[in-house]
Amino acid sequence: MKSLKFIVTGILFGIIMAKSEAISWYRIQEMFRFQSFHMFGIIGTAVILGTLAVYLIKKLKIRDYHGNPIVFQDKDKSWPRYLIGGLIFGLGWALTGACPGPMFVNIGYGYWAMIIVVLGSLAGTYIYGLIKDRLPH
Amino acid sequence: MLELIKQPWPWYTSGAMIAFTMVLLIYFGKSFGVSSNLRTLCTIAGAGAKVKFFDFDWKTQKWNLLFLMGSVFGGLLASTILKSDQPLQLSEATVQDLRSLGITFDGELNPSDIFGPDFALSVKGFMILLIGGLFVGFGARYAGGCTSGHAISGLSNLQLPSLLAVIGFFAGGLLMTYLLLPLIFKI
Repeated sequence: MKSLKFIVTGILFGIIMAKSEAISWYRIQEMFRFQSFHMFGIIGTAVILGTLAVYLIKKLKIRDYHGNPIVFQDKDKSWPRYLIGGLIFGLGWALTGACPGPMFVNIGYGYWAMIIVVLGSLAGTYIYGLIKDRLPH
Repeated sequence: MLELIKQPWPWYTSGAMIAFTMVLLIYFGKSFGVSSNLRTLCTIAGAGAKVKFFDFDWKTQKWNLLFLMGSVFGGLLASTILKSDQPLQLSEATVQDLRSLGITFDGELNPSDIFGPDFALSVKGFMILLIGGLFVGFGARYAGGCTSGHAISGLSNLQLPSLLAVIGFFAGGLLMTYLLLPLIFKI
């Protein structure tokens, strides 16, 4: 039962990603060409409501499901890793039209070719692990 | 109800539901970030024996793998019992721009010109998808997160590093869209 809630949340996420068309290569191209508000509306709404939710969780000291305090981890303060890593990620995102979640949702949707993208992303993750100490962070 | 869910969702419903997913995972004592699973999958495949970065107890991430498995199943549901019969409403300007790249808009989620077997299994198509994926995987780990971890979770927690990452995502996306895609698809 402990596992089930994560599977169900995942199913919900998969449906949301597909029904919002955020898993669409076309929609990602439309976003990077600034030709529709659709993707900006999705991300914008999620961030505004997410910010409100995080604020309220902190303010009201809401506890999690196990009764433990909810702590938000701050990201390490630096800039090279975020800008350079982000730029490399963006190149791949616009080319494949898929970030890590949508890659997997697309496979479930029946786009088998996304398996190639997932294999590439695993290779990319492995290469990062291999050379991370030589990269500016 | 089912009919309502089957329609393509408007952006505000979609955005609200993504925020809800994040809150649900926070309530379960976890955090919303999909790309960590790629590291976990490398660890399960045995990468920890050679590379220290992958040497961690992957069982602590089991919940996230279950979430990922669920999302694959969610995709399956969306393409079967929840499938909409309307074509995607892509902007006409995008349709035109893509046509000039030789990519036809077919009304589906993803172009068969790229994800159909003829292209995806050609040497060029396979390399495009593989290298594209490689950039996503490498970049996500280097930046310490992807769209879910930085753009949604990080920005919601007002993290400046996440804003830098999102700026990076867009810089890379624009570079690919305007400079590289014409080179890649026209040769």
